[in-house]
Amino acid sequence: MKRLSKDRLWAIAVLTPSILLIGIFVYYFIGRTVYVSLTDWGNDPAQALALNPIIRWVGLQNYSELFTGFLQGRFRQELVNTLFFTLFFILGCLGVGLGLALILDRNPRGEGLWRTIFLFPMSLSFIVTGTIWRWMLQPQGGVNQAPTLLGGQPSTFGWLSSNDSALKFDWNNLPLITAAVVGAVLIVVAVRAAREGQRTRTLVAAACAALLIGWAIFVGPNVKLLAAPELHGFNFAMIGIIIAAVWQMSGYTMALYLAGLRGIPEELREAAKVDGARDAQMYRFVIFPLLSPITLSAMIILGHISLKIFDLVYAMAGPDNVAASVPALNMYLTSFRQNQFALGAAIGTILLILVAFVIVPYLANQFKGEEGHA
Amino acid sequence: MIKTPIKKALLIAAALATTTSALAAGKLEIFSWWAGDEGPALEALIKLYKQKYPNVAVDNATVTGGAGTNARAVLKTRMLGGTPPDSFQVHAGQELIGTWVVAGRMEDLSSLFKSEGWSKVFPADVIKLISSKGGIWSVPVNVHRSNVMWYNPAKLKAWGVTVPKTWPEFISTCATLKKKGVAAPLVVGENWTQQHLWENVMIGTLGAQGWENLWAGKTKFTDPKVVGAFTTFGKVMDCANKDASGLSWQQASDRIVSGQSAFNIMGDWAAGYFTTTKKLEPGKGFGWATAPGTSKTFVMLADSFGLPKGAKDRAEAINWLKLLGSREGQDTFNPLKGSIAARTDSDLSKYNTYSRSAATDWKNSKIVGSMAHGAVAPESFTSAFGAVIDQFVATKNSAGAAAAAQALAVRSGFGK
Repeated sequence: MKRLSKDRLWAIAVLTPSILLIGIFVYYFIGRTVYVSLTDWGNDPAQALALNPIIRWVGLQNYSELFTGFLQGRFRQELVNTLFFTLFFILGCLGVGLGLALILDRNPRGEGLWRTIFLFPMSLSFIVTGTIWRWMLQPQGGVNQAPTLLGGQPSTFGWLSSNDSALKFDWNNLPLITAAVVGAVLIVVAVRAAREGQRTRTLVAAACAALLIGWAIFVGPNVKLLAAPELHGFNFAMIGIIIAAVWQMSGYTMALYLAGLRGIPEELREAAKVDGARDAQMYRFVIFPLLSPITLSAMIILGHISLKIFDLVYAMAGPDNVAASVPALNMYLTSFRQNQFALGAAIGTILLILVAFVIVPYLANQFKGEEGHA
Repeated sequence: MIKTPIKKALLIAAALATTTSALAAGKLEIFSWWAGDEGPALEALIKLYKQKYPNVAVDNATVTGGAGTNARAVLKTRMLGGTPPDSFQVHAGQELIGTWVVAGRMEDLSSLFKSEGWSKVFPADVIKLISSKGGIWSVPVNVHRSNVMWYNPAKLKAWGVTVPKTWPEFISTCATLKKKGVAAPLVVGENWTQQHLWENVMIGTLGAQGWENLWAGKTKFTDPKVVGAFTTFGKVMDCANKDASGLSWQQASDRIVSGQSAFNIMGDWAAGYFTTTKKLEPGKGFGWATAPGTSKTFVMLADSFGLPKGAKDRAEAINWLKLLGSREGQDTFNPLKGSIAARTDSDLSKYNTYSRSAATDWKNSKIVGSMAHGAVAPESFTSAFGAVIDQFVATKNSAGAAAAAQALAVRSGFGK
């Protein structure tokens, strides 16, 4: 056994408190939340806030309530909202951020000032951003009044209050859609594996895909999650929130991309020019591939922000606006206004799982990289 | 630095003396959300308390935020953490009963009501609202009326319409006004004002008794009559402005003043807004009537104070509650707050024109509680009901909304 040197002892002594604290305040609480989500704490108002509440184990009942319960249509709409919000928010931030970074990379005059201006929104908290944008997007004033400056009629778009939506689908078809999408992905995996000549992988992927698609064709259409059809789609009320969120965070992606662009050695560009690459070709074949790790980390960071977003929505659309609500907001209302702690914990757990989907592959990738270097 | 033992001893003695005197004087912590316009009214009450009990140090712990949502969150933290305030503000009725009384966290105040003779001075309907399981749980300080329809008298004259008396009449008046080019005859604001409108349509359609049956679990929300009232509510919402969710109740009231809309259903705090902030003369700048179909009904909400179990300064808190329920206390507080006294024997000379008319109705009408303001439904119902209304306004699906409300009622433990 290695002898404990003074250095090691010191290191252990210094690290122990934070390991203990993280163990209690992060991991124990995660465990506790998951446990609560499997009980009925708060489903009976008389027990919710009692001194010694009687809490019973109910298994996955809260989860099935959320996904198929009659009263929880709001939660399902919120999941769909989160999906669209994440998509448009990440695309918006990456697009705007990359565009700004490319412009600034050409060293325009007053570059430092522009950089500060674009990065500035990030220094505000989401609650401030939300309040300001709510003023600008309110139905009677702000952006809708802009056409009157040119003598036009005020616009009537309900930035935050619209009830119209696009891309609607019936929640009952969710298993079907999921099976079809996963099946399609598996087919792609199988084809790739076949090209690379990996036989077992090809067979496994193809078999799974066949199973899923068979299920989607023969069983899927008969599965009824809900008694009545329930349509969910991309609500136009989310547009205002997406704009505000992109405004807030695109400066950050700009900074990331700018750092990446500056990190590309001048020699590479020169070499590309010597080889006769035009500007467009240089970006397409030299610069963008080198920026892809930055895109990945930006997507991770923006992705988890968008999944847990709460304050921006609370400030802009208000707590009761179902059309523009998100699961984190529902979790707050459910646990702390309706005192349904178990149901709230279940929403929290679902959020944790969603965030884990984003973070875990990233962390795995990171650790792999570090081991490679060590 | 003090070096000599005598000086040290003196200092310790002095320190001890101050602490003991502080202990003897007593303390009282009052928890409320009365901070803005309502602050002076609370201050006046505290001043009165200090006159009576000069040795008590009053700690006025207000948590700002409209309608008390922030305050309720802080209260929850403190109650669960085992440090309840000595007495806290809560909307009278189910907001307290459905949350804290069922959890066994409040003291029964029946004996206080008996010893102070309050059973005789508070209307029986009110006592019924604040009682459950054989106990009386809070002392109502003030009363607001929520079934009031506000209008602009000059504009109504110009348009040639009269104030509608029932909801069907309201809908036909609305059609007339629309023909005359009024885009939104009714103005509503954000979600809770729509819930407020919903309950007025319900009471105006089902009647006071039907409304009470709903919350007693005797009538289901899926009853055809209730579904029909939902449909009426849908038609009423068709008369309303499309940008509702972006407006506060004050901004909605402004549209009555400007003549952009004809009617607004809001509680009587709007009277204070019209007279104090907008400097309008009651009856000229703005007019009022009971909401359609509710002429002999007084839909009430009240602020009240209760006594949590384990309050540190119980004796002082009881004195505070006694003051709140007294005629003197109520007549000090209410003229400043713009509400009326919950007692029926208050000194009306201290109140303004609107309040006097409300106080007369208070004595002569059937009193029922408001849902939107926490009197008849527990928090677990009201806070989820906002989403039901929101969905209904979007889809106008009466049967669906009624079924959702019924499911909520079952979950909250009063619908069977």
